[in-house]
Amino acid sequence: MSRASLAAPPVQDSTLIAEGVTVRLSGRTILDDVSFTIRRGEFTGLIGANGAGKTTLFRVILGLQAPTAGRVRLSAGDRARGEVGYVPQKFLLDPDMPLRGRDLVGLGLDGHRFGPALPSRRRTRLVQEMLEAVDATRFGDARVGQLSGGEQQRILIAHALISEPKLLLLDEPLANLDLRSAQEVVSLLARIARGKQIAILISAHEMNPLLPVMDRIVYLAAGRAASGTASEVVRSDVLSALYGHHVDVLRVHGRVIVVAGTGHDEHAAADGAGEGSGDGAVEIV
Amino acid sequence: MSHLLRAIIEPGFFSSASVQLAAAVGGLVAVVAAAVGVFTVVRGQAFAGEALGDIGAAGGSSAYLIGIAPLWGFIGIAVAAAGVMEMIGIQRARGRDLATGIVLGAGFGLAALLLYLGTTFNNTTGATVTILFGSIFALDRSILPAAVVFGVIALGIVTALYRPLLLSSVSPDLAAARGIPVRLVGSLYLVAIAVAVALSAVTIGAILSTALLIGPAAAALQLTARPGRAVAAAAAIGLAAIWLGLLLAYDSYYWPPHHRGWPVSFFVVTLVLLAYLASRALGRRRARR
Repeated sequence: MSRASLAAPPVQDSTLIAEGVTVRLSGRTILDDVSFTIRRGEFTGLIGANGAGKTTLFRVILGLQAPTAGRVRLSAGDRARGEVGYVPQKFLLDPDMPLRGRDLVGLGLDGHRFGPALPSRRRTRLVQEMLEAVDATRFGDARVGQLSGGEQQRILIAHALISEPKLLLLDEPLANLDLRSAQEVVSLLARIARGKQIAILISAHEMNPLLPVMDRIVYLAAGRAASGTASEVVRSDVLSALYGHHVDVLRVHGRVIVVAGTGHDEHAAADGAGEGSGDGAVEIV
Repeated sequence: MSHLLRAIIEPGFFSSASVQLAAAVGGLVAVVAAAVGVFTVVRGQAFAGEALGDIGAAGGSSAYLIGIAPLWGFIGIAVAAAGVMEMIGIQRARGRDLATGIVLGAGFGLAALLLYLGTTFNNTTGATVTILFGSIFALDRSILPAAVVFGVIALGIVTALYRPLLLSSVSPDLAAARGIPVRLVGSLYLVAIAVAVALSAVTIGAILSTALLIGPAAAALQLTARPGRAVAAAAAIGLAAIWLGLLLAYDSYYWPPHHRGWPVSFFVVTLVLLAYLASRALGRRRARR
C-alpha cells in the first residue's frame, strides 16, 4: 500500500488527484492518460459506456490495480483502511446468508480485524446512527440477501460510510434500480456529500439522474477522460475530441442525449466492445 | 418408568469405554464440523467439502496399508488435496467446480486401488466399510489427543478469520477494498474445511463426512439470521445428531434382523436430515409470519 502514501503535499482541499493514469492489460489499453481532481465535499460523476474503463479506474483508486503509468494521490495515507469507502456493483447474495443489514454495516467498521466482533455499546450506537443516516432502520434486521436492490444499496452505502472515509466510490449504484429508488439514492448521496464533507465519485453509464446534483463530471470514452463541470464537458466539441469522431450533444426537456455516430476508428470500436453495441449509430448517454 | 428408560438407554451405555470415547471424539468433531460448515454453506463450497471428504478414502486406506490410524491418512490427503485445489484455481467461481471435480476423480481412483490392495494383502474386508462409512465404536484411544489438536486448529482458523471470512463471503471486492487478503483468507479456510471433513471421516466415514459439515450448518441457517447464532445452533444440532446417533446405534444391538447393531453413521446422517427438514419447516413458518 506504499503507492497510497504521499510524495508531495496535495493541492488545497483536493481529496484525490489522478495524474496521467494509464492501464494496459495484456496488450489492451484500458485507461489512457487519465487525469482529474476530486475535491472535498464534491459530487463527481464518472460517466461512460460499459467497457469504457470505469471499474478499472476504481480498482486503481482502491489500490487493487497498479497503473502501468501515472499515479493516484490521496489526501491522506492509508487507502485500504477506511480512507476510501467502496460500494461495489450489485452482487447476488444468497438469501439464506445469515447476515443482517446491521451486521454488514458493522463489518464496515472492523471487518478487516481478527476474530468475531465483541459486543460494545459504541459499536451498536455507531451502526444504529449509520442505519438512520441512510434511512435503513426499517430493514436493518432483515437478512441482506432478502433485501431489494435499493435497500441493499443503502446498506452498502452505510457499510462504506461507517469508517468515515474522505472519499466514497460507488460503482454503478443506479444500474439495477427503478427510477424512484435511483432518485432517492442520488439525493441521499448528495446530502451525505454536503453534510459530511465527503467527496463522492459515482460511476454511471447514464448521466441524467445525476445531473441535478453533480458538481463535476469525469467523462470516460475508450479509456480516455475529459473532466470539468457538466457544462464544460458535455459539449459537442469536447466529446468529439474525446471519442475521436463527431459527437452531437442534444438537450431535450432538461435531459442530455449524447449522439455518438460510430465511425470506423479504433476508439468507437473499443467503446462498443463492452456492450456489443459496436454497430449502433446512436449512443444515448 | 424405569423400564421405559432402560429401553431407551440400554444398560451399560454410559459405562462402556468405547461409547465414552466415541461420545468424546464424536462431540468434538460435531462442534468443529458445524462451526466450519456454516461458512462452507454460506460460501457455496459444499462441493469442495464433499470432495475433500471423499478423497479422504484414499488417505484412510493408505493409512490402513501402512498400519497407522486412519485419522492421519484422512488429514494428510485432505490438506494436500486442498492445496492442489487452491493451485488449480478454486478462487474463481468457474474454476472452483472444475478444480474440485478433477481432484475428486483422481482421489477416488487412488482410493479404489488402495482399498483393493488393502483387502487383498491384509485380508481385512472390514477396512473398506470402516474407511468409507466409519466405525466410531472401534476407535483407538490413542487418536484422542491428535483429534483434539486438529479440532482446535480448525476452530482456531475459523475464529481468527471470522470477520474477514464473513466479509469476503459477502463480496470479495468489498473485502479486498478493505485491505483483506481475500485469497489468503480463502486458502486458510480451505485448510479448515479439510481438517473438519477429515475429523468427520473418522467418525462417520469418508463418504458421509460432509453430512456433519453441511447438514447442521444448513439447518442452522434456516433458524437464525445472525452469523454467531448460526454457528452456535449448528454446533448444537451436530452434537445432538451424533450423541443421539450413538445412543440409537447402541440400542440397535437388540434390534432385528441380526442382533448385531446398525451402523452409527446411518443414524447420524438420518438425524441430520431430519433436523434440516424440521428447521426448514420452522424457518418457513417464521418467514410467513
